[in-house]
Amino acid sequence: MDASSPSPRRRGRCRFAVAVTAQILALAPMEAPAAEPADAGKPVVIRIDNFTFGPETVTVAPGTTVTWINGDDIPHTVVSQSRIFRSKTLDTDDRYTFTFDAPGEYPYFCSLHPHMTGKVVVKDPAG
Amino acid sequence: MHDPTDSDGDPSRPSRRGALECMAWAGTGLLWTLGGGLPRAVGLERALAAEAAPAPFSFLQISDSHVGFSKPANPDALGTLREAVERIRALPQKPAFIIHTGDISHLSKDGEFDDADQILRETGLPLFFVPGEHDLLDDEQGRAYLARYGKGSRGAGWYSFDQGGIHFIGLVNVVDLKAGGLGNLGAEQLDWLEADVAGLASSTPVVVFAHIPLWTVYPEWGWGTQDGARALALLRRFGSVTVLNGHIHQIIQKVEGNVAFHTARSTAFPQPAPGSAPSPGPMKVPAGELRRHLGIASVTLVRGSEPLAIIDTPLAG
Repeated sequence: MDASSPSPRRRGRCRFAVAVTAQILALAPMEAPAAEPADAGKPVVIRIDNFTFGPETVTVAPGTTVTWINGDDIPHTVVSQSRIFRSKTLDTDDRYTFTFDAPGEYPYFCSLHPHMTGKVVVKDPAG
Repeated sequence: MHDPTDSDGDPSRPSRRGALECMAWAGTGLLWTLGGGLPRAVGLERALAAEAAPAPFSFLQISDSHVGFSKPANPDALGTLREAVERIRALPQKPAFIIHTGDISHLSKDGEFDDADQILRETGLPLFFVPGEHDLLDDEQGRAYLARYGKGSRGAGWYSFDQGGIHFIGLVNVVDLKAGGLGNLGAEQLDWLEADVAGLASSTPVVVFAHIPLWTVYPEWGWGTQDGARALALLRRFGSVTVLNGHIHQIIQKVEGNVAFHTARSTAFPQPAPGSAPSPGPMKVPAGELRRHLGIASVTLVRGSEPLAIIDTPLAG
């Protein structure tokens, strides 16, 4: 993971804050690498390799910057199922970054290969 | 052209046929013959051998040229497309036209489309296209494709036409894909399809072409179309239906009732057999073997009781 630069805040984040409530977070899938969000604010990297988002589910604290990096020889995209975020086409080694401010669950997929799905869970560290 | 030593014949004297044989794997096409309404694909090699038996009507399928692709699986996708076109130009029996089943470009860039168009034009044949997901990657998600190839089409680029007594239907199943799902036709296109075939006699041979297989080849890799069965149900009454697809960069065929399914090779790079690799990504094959995995297909309509003849031809054998 890249622990360097502070997360670049992006415009218009707050309007999504009410979209999803935090109450169902306890149901986060077991494959989530951490039931509790990692260090608040620490950037998170999701790799795209072999037509798979890895880790498939990440749990982060509000304000966390998540970066997807495409390691495949085929382009992919990162598209929120609720259209909250959408990357451009990511060719090999291209990356896309989004900062998650509002608690909630953010399922996403690759619009070119829709069998590729993942989820970002945003959760207050206090629980 | 590629090294002809891969062919079975005398490598020191590559005849025209030998040279064409060589291309049979690496990016040429399928020659399709419709016989008695049923399709048969015939490798270009066999088509070339049958010089005395002219087919009444034939057309060619080419797919997944991925112009712009330059990764290790094939650093020169433009070059192998050019080889495919050379093979097409060498056919003794000129096909009526070419169907391109999508992924013309790799990243939908204008330059990629320009290069593909310039090379494909050298066939001197009319061309019909349907988009692959790689052709809709412009910022406006397909506007560039429609501006270039969509004249006279509906919706995201679907259309039909009649040639040689066959009803041809080009479908688009790479738009508005749903998370966790497969290829998608959508209600609007299915409604159009229903109306499109409503007036046709059931004896009319039908050829349907789309990028992603309309039948479920391997859902774990997304190789299928969510609502493909609904399209096929609309075609069930026809005595001869041929479904031509691309996307999976390898030949897979099956026959179900009156429906013959066929996927074509790519002219750019091979992909692994379903489930045989960690992912469907480009398959790097040993140097010298690439052209055995690329190819074209030609289809011939034979009136009578024979099925459509489909000839798959690699760029190299």
